[in-house]
Amino acid sequence: MTSDLTRARIRSAWLFLAPMLLVLALVAAWPLARTFYFSLTDAELSRFGDYGFIGLENFLAESRGVTYGILADPLWWVAVKNTLLFALVSVFFETVFGVIIALVLNASFPGRALMRAAVLIPWAIPTVVSAKMWAWMLHDQFGIVNDALLRLGLISAPVAWLASSDLALWSVVAVDVWKTTPFVALMVLAALQMLPRDCYEAARVDGIHPVRVFFHVTLPLIKPALIVAVIFRLLDAMRVFDIVYIMTGNAEATMTMSVYARQQFVDFQDVGFGSAASTLLFAAIALLTVIYLMATRADLGGRAR
Amino acid sequence: MQISISCGAVGVELELCREGVSAWEEQTGNRVEIVSTPNSSTERLALYQQMLAAGADDIDVFQIDIVWPGILGGYFIDLAPYSDGAEKAHFPNLIENDTVDGKLVALPWWTDAGVLFYRRDLLEKHDFAPPETWAELTAIAGTVQQAEREAGNGDLWGYVWQGRAYEGLTCNGLEWIDSFGGGTIVADDGTITVNNSRAAAALDLAASWVGSISPRGVLNYDEEAARGVFQSGRAVFMRNWPYAWSLAQGQDSPVRGKVGVVALPAGSPDGQRSACLGGWHLAVSRFSEHPAEAADLVLFLTSAERQKVRAVRGSYNPTRPALYEDQEVLGVSPFFDTLYETFETANPRPARATGTRYNRVSFAFSRAIHEILSKGIEPAPRLAELERDLLRLSRGGQW
Repeated sequence: MTSDLTRARIRSAWLFLAPMLLVLALVAAWPLARTFYFSLTDAELSRFGDYGFIGLENFLAESRGVTYGILADPLWWVAVKNTLLFALVSVFFETVFGVIIALVLNASFPGRALMRAAVLIPWAIPTVVSAKMWAWMLHDQFGIVNDALLRLGLISAPVAWLASSDLALWSVVAVDVWKTTPFVALMVLAALQMLPRDCYEAARVDGIHPVRVFFHVTLPLIKPALIVAVIFRLLDAMRVFDIVYIMTGNAEATMTMSVYARQQFVDFQDVGFGSAASTLLFAAIALLTVIYLMATRADLGGRAR
Repeated sequence: MQISISCGAVGVELELCREGVSAWEEQTGNRVEIVSTPNSSTERLALYQQMLAAGADDIDVFQIDIVWPGILGGYFIDLAPYSDGAEKAHFPNLIENDTVDGKLVALPWWTDAGVLFYRRDLLEKHDFAPPETWAELTAIAGTVQQAEREAGNGDLWGYVWQGRAYEGLTCNGLEWIDSFGGGTIVADDGTITVNNSRAAAALDLAASWVGSISPRGVLNYDEEAARGVFQSGRAVFMRNWPYAWSLAQGQDSPVRGKVGVVALPAGSPDGQRSACLGGWHLAVSRFSEHPAEAADLVLFLTSAERQKVRAVRGSYNPTRPALYEDQEVLGVSPFFDTLYETFETANPRPARATGTRYNRVSFAFSRAIHEILSKGIEPAPRLAELERDLLRLSRGGQW
């Protein structure tokens, strides 16, 4: 039994929510639905507007004993593998380094404010700029990275960081770690500053080793913030495009799912096929997110603890 | 009246474009806005496609690559009604290239062909003539590189080229394969020819360069990266387009006066030489609000007078045979004369045969070559795989 007052409140709640729902539908739901729809057509950029419905042929089809479609394209699976490797490895290192840097920045030492600002610089530089900058620094003939390593005697000949198929992906991962670690550090630092002092005092009185304190007190307490930071990073890393495309273009060794989709869309003008790739990318990200949320039992719903 | 033109910015392109455009502005009193576009031709095509597919009128005159008329032709106006027969003074094969379904969709601005740059001083010092075959090039580059390194020039490499998986590698690969008699990927009638033993032999030789006479990093080089290495004095040979000549001879160039240009080597002593036909053309968008003025600008920029300025100032090859007899032009770029035949007979990429699918063919080809070069896999089975890919792309060779 609902009173008039409750009904009025529900009505005004919908009223206040409506603009946001409308904007979300316009900027998120509608493009997503269009992409999904185009993935079932043979639309092409050069004759846009004139397309037919072809069902799931962009995904997988067979004709005269030959299989077509994305799922039959070995390059797609290379892109999937690259994307997963990129996402898992880069997020792992970003988390580890981010936590370490946050712990350092959380200690009090002279010049702490300056350090905190300085750490953010890689995150503040636009990706296009930093990727281009790193591409020059990693250049095999006149790059500063090779020069430094040669002078230190760590390598005997210049290394082609971005050209060799075994190194290119890891070079890009390293640049991404450099760029995005500050983001994780900042999230963790914010969590660290809210920790209750008394636990630490108790631990100090009991003479517990700082490493034990970290794993038994600090880590559990910052876990919610860490989970949010990691999920942000994971989603970002799964759809990575700019850094990869600027440093190595369409090269197979570093091609991610986004680069693959862009190539189909733009270089090959195949809107249908490109949309199918985007749809699969979306599905992959959604799946990974669900797995992650279930594995960490994260509560993003804001239920009262 | 204001119109806009897209200009590339490789080397001195942009400067010359600006000069040409201002001359037209003075002559006609119209205003022209120059839109600069990405250096990489792959990127530029992507940008054009997005703009044209959306029907945007932001650019009236497009600078297009020689392989694009088939892909973009539908978006351009027929220039024949405006040209007053001007197209007859250009190389006929270029005009044929720009004619799509009987429509003259573009006029050639400058032509291009892959050529071999070499360090004259180093070759003289070690007593070599410029190479006639690829095997000779391999041997000379190896010898000079080793001797110079032992003499303390530790950064020197034998040969740099364009090895990144993009259109540039398609050109390099086409030149190697064609000079070995292995054809041009897809024949004019649409037959896929790339899977043959001569192509495999050419790629075997090219693969042997990576890490020996060419730095491994060459697999991520484009034109400008290769020029950076050559012009700073770190390479004996370079495959590039003629635009690199005037830059290598520039006031601030470390190799000024030490550079020579010849045609790319042949596959065997009695074999043919090959050069990838490049070059840029001008077309007028059908979404342009001022097609007559835009067409006039195209005719002005492709005129003999303007092409001569470009040839003298930037060693851009004219598309008019008459200019190859002009003493002033030959004085600046003496190789125009010796390489006339190369420019006239250079090999087109299979853009006409493959039509709108050219990009996919080019990508499949450059990707296969990049794999062969970077992973050291056997060319023959990879070429067989490429043939299957192309068959699938073309629905059995029908395109």
